[in-house]
Amino acid sequence: MDVLYFAWVRERIGVPKERVETDAATVSALVDELRAREDRYAAAFADLSALRVAVDQELTDFDASIAGAREIAFFPPMTGG
Amino acid sequence: MRVVVQEAPFDFAAEAAGFADGRHDMGAVVTFTGIVRDVTSGDLQAMEIEHYPGMTEKALTAIAEEARQRWSLGDVLVIHRYGRLHAGDKIMMVATAARHRKDAFEAAEFLMDYLKSRAPFWKKEHAGDSADWVAARDEDEAALTRW
Repeated sequence: MDVLYFAWVRERIGVPKERVETDAATVSALVDELRAREDRYAAAFADLSALRVAVDQELTDFDASIAGAREIAFFPPMTGG
Repeated sequence: MRVVVQEAPFDFAAEAAGFADGRHDMGAVVTFTGIVRDVTSGDLQAMEIEHYPGMTEKALTAIAEEARQRWSLGDVLVIHRYGRLHAGDKIMMVATAARHRKDAFEAAEFLMDYLKSRAPFWKKEHAGDSADWVAARDEDEAALTRW
């Protein structure tokens, strides 16, 4: 699946988008896998309360299933308007 | 209903004039424009707005659809820009048309409250030598509870 990062999450991880092969069943499980990869992921995902997640472009929460998902995006709370 | 996400400036006067034009059943039009504000006392060089192409359009459309379900509206317009903007630039606008003003005002406020916290945009202020992401405000999240 494609994993996308926006705003300071993108800056901390260093890429806007990457392909991730995973068997993780939920967003949380995917986050745990990413955290274990490298320090930059651990830093970006240190405080999940500061992050929001979208699965296939729909806002959801970290318990959500990612079975069959094409696109997961992580970003800080939005500041539109 | 029209939802536009673009980098280019938009012509507020033309959009406002054309909105619901000829809809003689609509007695009220409310427009709101968001403008880049310099909170750094003159140091703001740019306001960079990042967004999530694809999700942005979907989220704004869903918010506009929700407004149409909750209020009696003849038309809804949402325009939101992204990219590098400067103090005084218009970032976004919403317009609502209704038979009566209450629906038009309330729907416009609802659209603004929701698109501040539920549409995937992020602002970064470039001022002096620093660039900082604008933090979401608790008040903006709290504003959603009234709907």
